[in-house]
Amino acid sequence: MSATAHPTTDVPPSTGSTAVPASPPSSSRRRGLLGALPPAVVLVVLAFVPFFLAEDPTNILTRILVFGLFAVSLDLLVGITGLPSLGHAAYFGVGAYTAALVADHWTPSAPTPVLMAAAAGAVAAVLTGWLAVRSHGVFFLMLTLAIGEITSQLALQLDDVTGGSNGMSVPSVRFGSEPFDADFRIAYTYWYVLVVFVIAFAAMWLIARSPFGLALRGIRDNEGRMRSLGYTPFRYKYVAYVLAGGFAGLAGGLFAQVNRLVSPVDAGFALSAITLLALVLGGAGTLWGPVLGMAVVVIVRDYYGPDLNGHGPLVLGIVFVIAVYVLPRGFAGIAGLLRTPRRRRDRSIVPGEERAA
Amino acid sequence: MSDGLLELSGVTRSFGALTAVDGVDLSVPVGARHALIGPNGAGKSTLFKLVTGSMPVSSGTVAFDGSDVTRLSEPARARRGISQTLQHSSLFLSQTVERNVLMAAQRRPGGSRHSLLPRRQRAARDRVHELLTDVGLAGRSHALVSALSHGERRQLEVAVALACEPRLLLLDEPAAGMSPAESARLVGLLKALPDTVTLVIVEHDLDVVFALATSVTVLHLGKLLLTGTPDEVRASSAVQEAYLGTGREALFLDGPASLDVSRPGMEVG
Repeated sequence: MSATAHPTTDVPPSTGSTAVPASPPSSSRRRGLLGALPPAVVLVVLAFVPFFLAEDPTNILTRILVFGLFAVSLDLLVGITGLPSLGHAAYFGVGAYTAALVADHWTPSAPTPVLMAAAAGAVAAVLTGWLAVRSHGVFFLMLTLAIGEITSQLALQLDDVTGGSNGMSVPSVRFGSEPFDADFRIAYTYWYVLVVFVIAFAAMWLIARSPFGLALRGIRDNEGRMRSLGYTPFRYKYVAYVLAGGFAGLAGGLFAQVNRLVSPVDAGFALSAITLLALVLGGAGTLWGPVLGMAVVVIVRDYYGPDLNGHGPLVLGIVFVIAVYVLPRGFAGIAGLLRTPRRRRDRSIVPGEERAA
Repeated sequence: MSDGLLELSGVTRSFGALTAVDGVDLSVPVGARHALIGPNGAGKSTLFKLVTGSMPVSSGTVAFDGSDVTRLSEPARARRGISQTLQHSSLFLSQTVERNVLMAAQRRPGGSRHSLLPRRQRAARDRVHELLTDVGLAGRSHALVSALSHGERRQLEVAVALACEPRLLLLDEPAAGMSPAESARLVGLLKALPDTVTLVIVEHDLDVVFALATSVTVLHLGKLLLTGTPDEVRASSAVQEAYLGTGREALFLDGPASLDVSRPGMEVG
């Protein structure tokens, strides 16, 4: 070990550090309140969007929230747990088809279809994750890729149930028996999606911040060490996989109700890939970053896409390449730079320096 | 089976033709301060891995607290109370110091381990703060581990290991790369541990070994050479022979000679 060659270089920190008092709890609480301010502002603005935005942009925003929720569920897996899945869209697809079937054969009344979709996504993850989570590295990539492809193939083949390549049409969202009033359908749909999004996002945020979430990060960073601390990484990864599958199913259910058409493409590799792109773009592991990443993807693909004569993917590719060079840690990386110099001080390589500063 | 907390019988581990640990029998009673010494390549670190379960034995049995744990996985053994620090620091670099210790402290034996409410974590957090103060890192609790110096990381290793509330604590060269002041602090910390924590320590710095240990085992080429009190080991000619040629026989002599060579044990073991 190279560091052992300098046994005496680290005297000052150990003798000096004991004298430095820990930051008082009141300041951390104040920081917590300040930290809650941006999300609160964003939430208020989002809640009033239908009042000042036209129908088309509102529609796009609805789609951003739906796919953003899916991106967050993938972030739980990729960014927090360190399991880069190539087939996460499988659970989105399972959720979408479940919501479609429930709405068709049982009740289109919210929130039953999306709840069933979440349950179906979780069950699908329970069945497939058992195998996938046991593998590591390239094998995990290949297994999840296979799971995704098998799912979209199944959606294609089982045309008695799924409508095959024609897809399935889904009744529009409603509460109770009456459909939304046609004049306000877009706004009501948006609010419905926003409420589900906020609840699901808050749930994932809590999971990521809980001791369980800390354990997941530990497994991501150093699985061997977690084992020696008495954690069984498989159990944690499996639970994370199932949770991510459930939230992906929820997003899929929302998608079915918003899009009103579900087809095998929605469980396919393209969605998994583009969502991974959104994670890189937004900053994996932050949960909110991927939502912004997904916003860029959806805006380029769905909003400007028609004007670009099918060159949307090309633009996305260019955005991606630029982002990797300019924003190595995604949009979340920008927020990291804006934070107080305190963080950078902690990163100082020479420990003595920061106390002098 | 006798009343030792850790009982090794005929523990062997081979890598192909090389037998790294060869039929080691060892009994460590509860509350012992046991040191494991030997020249480089003697199999000390491998023996530790066999005890923690991060590496399976080729033959032999490992018993902990009266029950055979040879077939138990590493996490299962850790939950029974075997904790360790590794020779090469193994920490969560992207996390803060506090969270590194919390990772170990939040996983308590029994009890509800996981709560979504941060409030419930207060007890674990308090414990983390106590431990960080003990090892001298209280002022660095919000620093990222990647920003710590080598010596600080070694201190953090110890805090993480203690946060598991171990009954058996295996320390693999805890003082490696520490300054004399830091290793003196470490010795003080380890000496202050209650008797309910049994220590097994691998250390090249024999000042640390003789300051701490009440019994010493000498390993040589994977075989157990001798177990005895520090004085017996110091006096043993077999031990001195094992060290001959590595230039470390002087360490066993009292007097100024030991000062000059008190740190050559720093190469990779």
